[in-house]
Amino acid sequence: MSSADWKNYERVLIPDIDGLEKIDVYEENGGYSAFKEILTDKKKWEGPKSVVDEVKAANIRGRGGAGFNAGLKWSFMPPSDGGPRYLACNGDESEPGTFKDRKIFEYNPHLFIEGALIAAYAMEVTAIYVYIRGEYKVYIDMMEKAVQDAYDKGFIGENIMGSDYSVDFYVHSGAGAYICGEETSMLESLEGKRGYPRVKPPFPAQKGLWGRPTTINNIETLAHVPNVINRGADWFSSIGAENHPGPILYGISGHVNRPGVYELPTGIPVLTLINEVAGGMRNGKELKAVIPGGSSTPIVRADQLDGITMDSDSLREVGTMLGTAGMVVMDEDTDMVDMLWRISHFYHHESCGQCTPCRDGTGWLEKILLRIKNGDGEIKDLDLLLDITTQMEGRTICALADAAAWPVRHTITRFRDEFEARCKKSVHAIA
Amino acid sequence: MAYEFTEEDLQEIEKIKAKYPEVKAATLPVLWVAQNRFGHVEPDVQKLVADTLGLPQAHVHGVASFYTQYYKEKKGEHVLDVCTCLSCQLCGGYDILEHLENKLGIKAGETTEDGKFSIQEVECLGACGYAPMLQVTNDQYVNNLTPEKVDDLIETLKAGKEPEYDQIGMPLRKVK
Repeated sequence: MSSADWKNYERVLIPDIDGLEKIDVYEENGGYSAFKEILTDKKKWEGPKSVVDEVKAANIRGRGGAGFNAGLKWSFMPPSDGGPRYLACNGDESEPGTFKDRKIFEYNPHLFIEGALIAAYAMEVTAIYVYIRGEYKVYIDMMEKAVQDAYDKGFIGENIMGSDYSVDFYVHSGAGAYICGEETSMLESLEGKRGYPRVKPPFPAQKGLWGRPTTINNIETLAHVPNVINRGADWFSSIGAENHPGPILYGISGHVNRPGVYELPTGIPVLTLINEVAGGMRNGKELKAVIPGGSSTPIVRADQLDGITMDSDSLREVGTMLGTAGMVVMDEDTDMVDMLWRISHFYHHESCGQCTPCRDGTGWLEKILLRIKNGDGEIKDLDLLLDITTQMEGRTICALADAAAWPVRHTITRFRDEFEARCKKSVHAIA
Repeated sequence: MAYEFTEEDLQEIEKIKAKYPEVKAATLPVLWVAQNRFGHVEPDVQKLVADTLGLPQAHVHGVASFYTQYYKEKKGEHVLDVCTCLSCQLCGGYDILEHLENKLGIKAGETTEDGKFSIQEVECLGACGYAPMLQVTNDQYVNNLTPEKVDDLIETLKAGKEPEYDQIGMPLRKVK
């Protein structure tokens, strides 16, 4: 279906079915049939590779932010040598503006579990870990129960449904660290260490958890898999934007009347999401700016948004990204200096401290922005900030430095007059 | 003070260890067991975790100090984690924090004299659509806060009750 027809969209990730979080209700509604089919229908599914190929053809672009084709990622796993292989499911969900995967844990946990099991089969994985941020205690408890129910029904464990495939499934709680959403940091955390991202290569597919082949996928990404198996890759890739297809969970927050998580096709115009889906701007205010996909994605001014849709191609035209599709909406009263200082405070707090450009850079960004916010900044500080961002980007082990630098670079570039207005005139200026 | 795990804790720890091929991986979950038992993971508790798992105390300390949810010192009976990050800031998170500080007479990072409440200012808790919000002692989220709702929460906690799970449904299937 095209994104223009979004009003008639029927939800598939979180359908309108009461009690779907219960395994019996999930099964009554066709749950676990995709997993059963790939294990038992050897005519249609000739083995793990056929599953990888179907998922690759669907082009499920990773919903955790990077937007990489999930099936292609699976194909990077080396051939099995008979030893342990892992799937690590990323439910760390800590990027400000992002609050979507929790809806899957709460309302359709078995869809995710089934997707993870299919992915595990496709990559010949021996154990699945789902890493959930520690703050989501309520959802961790829900997932523990859902996993146990799936064990009890024989969907997880030894020789699943009479096949020769066996896999274990474990829930692992984080304990408060944004960086653990970075995939190699998550592996370190799973291994019981401080969440320091690893140098790549080796990539996790070669050396991941405990030095063994590992793939990391976002929760929503995996939740798409059963529908792709049941309805086919063509069905998935025909929904929404051509190069970034499928259903997607939009998290809309900020100054709108109906904030929340909405499941719709990709490629919906940003202004439609704000004005129709989310009920328009709060208190009848004017739209000022939008951060489209979590705090690290570059901010876009309202006057740049005409015709821009929520997919990577369209968002690239205005120099930003889809990220996690966690959209933060700001009205005309928003103070851009305060807002940017708060984002910089976040990245400074969350920098793991391994790499100097990030550890020191995030601190400098925050300090200088605080100075400007307090009215003590000078106009030359704006160029100093931009200079620091160029010294951070691409110079660290992981992308946190980039995530911290982009908002500073783009918010200053796109709202420079507001920043200048808060600065003192330089002591060297003669006019 | 000497801390000890109960028999029940030790059984749980054995179950946790069985989930991973290496004992070190049990560090985070066992720190959780310890914090749930003792209310914090002060250095003596970290030592207990290290000894129980047969790991260096320095390793356990390194982990405990990296993750914000572990309490490295004693906290109040109820720890109120107020989110002021992006979406909460936009929707008045700092007003909620200020209201709470005035109400309890302490600042973020402090504990009331009677040991009942601590306030912490925290980073994004992943409830951006329900801002402003706070989390009570690493457990329930209280969403869409107003000063009145904060007052009610304090009364509930003072009365010895825990806040109930605040379920937020999915928005309507079709937008008319």
